[in-house]
Amino acid sequence: MKRKRTGLVKRLLLNLFIIALGVGMLYPILWLIGASFKPSNQIFTEVSIWPSNPTLDNFKEGWRGIGIVGFDTFFKNSFFICIISAFANAIFCSLTAYAFARLKFVGKNVWFAVMMITLMLPSHVTTIPRYIMFRRMGWINTFLPIIVPKFFATDAFFIFLLVQFIRGLPRDMDESATIDGCSKAGIYTRIIMPLTVPALITTLLFTFLWTWDDFFNQLLYLTSPTKYTVPMGLRLFLDSSGMSMWGPMFAMSTLSLIPAFILFFSLQKYFVRGIATTGIKG
Amino acid sequence: MNRLNKRAVRDTLGSYVFLVPWLIGFFLLTLYPMCYSLYLSFTRFNIRTPPQWIGMANYLVMFKGSAALPRDERFLNSIWVTFRFVFISVPVKLVFALTVAMLMNKKLRLIGLYRALYYIPTLLGGSVAIAVLWRRLFASDGLLNMILSSLFGFTNLPAWISNPSYALYTLIILAVWQFGSPMIIFLAGLQQIPREYYEASSVDGAGPIRQFFAITLPSLSPIIFFNFVMQMISAFQSFTQAFIVSGGSGGPLDSTMFYSLYLYIKGFGFSEMGYAAAMAWVLLIVIAILTAISFKSSGTLVSYGSGE
Repeated sequence: MKRKRTGLVKRLLLNLFIIALGVGMLYPILWLIGASFKPSNQIFTEVSIWPSNPTLDNFKEGWRGIGIVGFDTFFKNSFFICIISAFANAIFCSLTAYAFARLKFVGKNVWFAVMMITLMLPSHVTTIPRYIMFRRMGWINTFLPIIVPKFFATDAFFIFLLVQFIRGLPRDMDESATIDGCSKAGIYTRIIMPLTVPALITTLLFTFLWTWDDFFNQLLYLTSPTKYTVPMGLRLFLDSSGMSMWGPMFAMSTLSLIPAFILFFSLQKYFVRGIATTGIKG
Repeated sequence: MNRLNKRAVRDTLGSYVFLVPWLIGFFLLTLYPMCYSLYLSFTRFNIRTPPQWIGMANYLVMFKGSAALPRDERFLNSIWVTFRFVFISVPVKLVFALTVAMLMNKKLRLIGLYRALYYIPTLLGGSVAIAVLWRRLFASDGLLNMILSSLFGFTNLPAWISNPSYALYTLIILAVWQFGSPMIIFLAGLQQIPREYYEASSVDGAGPIRQFFAITLPSLSPIIFFNFVMQMISAFQSFTQAFIVSGGSGGPLDSTMFYSLYLYIKGFGFSEMGYAAAMAWVLLIVIAILTAISFKSSGTLVSYGSGE
């Protein structure tokens, strides 16, 4: 009886500790969200998260953006780039992963090793030549330099993730399909692709989020505000605004975090899989 | 024999169809650019006029100074800043991630929710929005100073972001705060340690601290190693946060001049593409050497269990 009670107290304290630490960690984000509902003159005088007189003015003002381009354009551009990138990346990485995980061909081990090396390669080595190439092709200030590489499965991380996943699938189904005379393409579309849906969702999810936050490439290739994405729009705000603009700036920052929130809380288990499989089985 | 060969050829050709997009990508977007940037690193190139061969001059300027130019002190400073960032933030982040993972490994009713909440900083931390927020947190009239002065009565607080002795640490805090991925990997590792190990040692009278050093740490060592290498590689390439927090300058006084930020400024600010290409190759070599050292030392530090 006594031991049971001390166990209960212990568990309660542990819960309290985890919650307190968590609130401390999330405090800045909560404060950001709260601040975007505060009038500009209260943002830097209030420590509390909760706005004392909440207002939507910051959102209205921020949405108009800077000059002639509003945040509606920035969001449209971001969604366009991210959705195309996510699907292209998932499709082409999965084709490559299927070849590495299931097919037999001459030179497989060599190419697989090459792929694993590119996984560790710092992207800087290709940044400058790619910039020069894309500039020659007249692709500066278009979305192409960001989107097109995704059609060539350049993100080895996801190939690796999908290879690991496909290797874990039982082989009997594709073996019996081969005996029945099913082609490689048939096996891929009818068996492997449907079975890898969970890993494909993980790929879509991470590609979307990483492209959303990929400030470096957007900074390099997008040069006019009509082509700007959300992170570039925020930066434009930051550069061209004085103290009075912090409210709208925070409001737009809060909005920019919403897609990540929604994806995370609706597809949580795919996150854990994405992080854990590549980490552990590797 | 002949028929077998024919089948092998057909198999190989059929398989390469699936590999073609990746192969094109590898040659056109990775291998060719790598060779091209290696070539450019031996040239002076401003993108408008053709590259001029200058031999080792770019590399000499970085480390020793050449006949024409003195040593690039800003470059050496950026290496120093980046090393401090990497080798402070990565170990602290891993210790924190492991500690939290052990908390998250407890059987509690709300544990699923807790794990999700603790991952949120990682989910959002790479964004420009959070970098903007960071700039306000640590400003002279920012949230941190507001809390310190109104709740604890401190006065004369520094403007952390614009003070060269503190600015880098605000970025280190930002990096450590995003401990979610190593935490999840550690958690998965902790769940694979057989429970019997702990039960047996507890019968032998080992306390929690002893168990941590005798069971948990050795069992996790391959995962700690993996996390260390991956976090190190990505920390070396950090860009966005330093760019936004310092307003693109790497300031104050170059104290947040990360390597990739300096590379960006050199290549795209000053149009010294050859020099930037050389910097990219130095980064590649540094990362390769550090990874090799990590792998080599892992032989003695990491135990992969007796079964393998």
